[in-house]
Amino acid sequence: MESVTTPAIAELRKTALNAVHRRLGAKMVNFGGWDMPVEYPTTGGLIVEHKAVRSSVGVFDVSHMGDIRIRSGRAPGGALAAVQHLSMNDASTLAIGQAQYSAMLYPEGTFVDDVIVHRLGEDDYLLVINAGTREKDVDWVRGNTKGFDCVVEDLSDAYTQLAIQGPRAQELLQKLTDANLGVIKNYWFTHGAVCGLTHTLIARTGYTGEDGFEIYVPSDSATSEFVWDKVMEAGREFGVIPCGLGARNTLRLEAKMALYGHEISDKINVWEAGLERFCKMEKGDFIGRTALERAKAAGLTRALVGLEMVDRGIARDEYCCCNESSETIGVITSGSPSPTLCKNIALAYVPQSMAAIGTAIYVQIRAQKCKARVVATPFYKRPKKTAVPQSAANVSTSLV
Amino acid sequence: MAYPANYRYTKEHEWVDVKGDVAAVGITDYAQHELGDVVFVELPKVGAKVEAGKTFGTVESVKAVSDIYAPASGEVVEANGALHDTPEKINTDPHGAGWLIKVRLANPADIGGLMDAAAYEAYIAAQSKEASA
Repeated sequence: MESVTTPAIAELRKTALNAVHRRLGAKMVNFGGWDMPVEYPTTGGLIVEHKAVRSSVGVFDVSHMGDIRIRSGRAPGGALAAVQHLSMNDASTLAIGQAQYSAMLYPEGTFVDDVIVHRLGEDDYLLVINAGTREKDVDWVRGNTKGFDCVVEDLSDAYTQLAIQGPRAQELLQKLTDANLGVIKNYWFTHGAVCGLTHTLIARTGYTGEDGFEIYVPSDSATSEFVWDKVMEAGREFGVIPCGLGARNTLRLEAKMALYGHEISDKINVWEAGLERFCKMEKGDFIGRTALERAKAAGLTRALVGLEMVDRGIARDEYCCCNESSETIGVITSGSPSPTLCKNIALAYVPQSMAAIGTAIYVQIRAQKCKARVVATPFYKRPKKTAVPQSAANVSTSLV
Repeated sequence: MAYPANYRYTKEHEWVDVKGDVAAVGITDYAQHELGDVVFVELPKVGAKVEAGKTFGTVESVKAVSDIYAPASGEVVEANGALHDTPEKINTDPHGAGWLIKVRLANPADIGGLMDAAAYEAYIAAQSKEASA
């Protein structure tokens, strides 16, 4: 097999927890210029990490992601106006403490990046963006908000961001904070003391399809390692393990969550990507709106579909899709074995005419044309949480 | 894990165990560790010809596809069918039950040019050092 060498590791960017990952014997990889853990073999590796998140809880260092704060300039209202101009979702519907999934678009209606917009205050927003697009996004925001009365701050290096994900994530984190996590709804956030660190952002967000939280703590290594250790200690009773980018990818793929550079990019528009529910055309103008209107009128030529392999074989990123006559008709954007479903799954762009569930699509896997079929997505949806009794007393009375 | 003294090794992390003119071929412990949990294996059929230095199959983990190179030329006389249902044997016993194919060597002398266990261990030590530099 080919050797895997990682050239010029010294030149890769590192999160504050880099030494911790290496101490844990993590297998490291170059992800968009960052030296990141892909899996931790000593605690089980990718598949074990994936299953831990689905069944209990896992922790990810996602500090490589970026953070842009947009707040009022001289008078209130400028920040919201700027966010509304940049973002396709409607930020005016956000309450303080609420977040929403959105994207920044080019004038062509294609993606600059996807983003989670948090409303921190009256006219104060935090955009959490991808690691690989940090600089591009900051430049984009600065460049496109010059005419607005707002202040733009790049806070990307200020935070160590930990994602605590899984059905037991709340129990784990509750041990470390005075904030009442039970009242934070999905895609809402609060500020509270975490491990004694006051005013820590605690958001019920994530990229796994499970319940979970993301916390943002100061990025100095002493604080970061302290919080990491506390999280692992608090999670011991739940079997918490560190999780890397490998499991992060298999988890988000099962939940059909987009990855920039794969399902979304500067060559794909919102309709093709199937993200229309996050695009509020009626809110007013935003960058890309005109092009999207035109694209909608012209009709979709391709669509993003979920595939399940029928023949033996694993469809992977960038493999070609073809029809029965072996003509290339599309491409796999993300493909992998699914540890939860025990199937090989993929997302792909195919012609709109072949997007119906049940359609046979072939994937070129090296010399073989392997059959797949279009399936409904998401591939995995987490079970609905059943009400937990407040105390044993309540349970016994309800049985009478 | 120890590298069997009687095996020979390639730079692409395959091992060869020769008995007469038939060579068993697999990937080394170093290779399986780099790969992660093996989930899928694609092997040639019995009777297929393999050529030294050319790929004859693939071993896949969740994250990666690894081409496997033939250490020597010959004809496949056996393929490890058990790996179809239990590919994880490559992780748990890479030098034994995780064997991939058995080849009737066209030229048994080809094996002479491969590394012995000591040379291979030095080779991977150098690779690891380079990787963490």
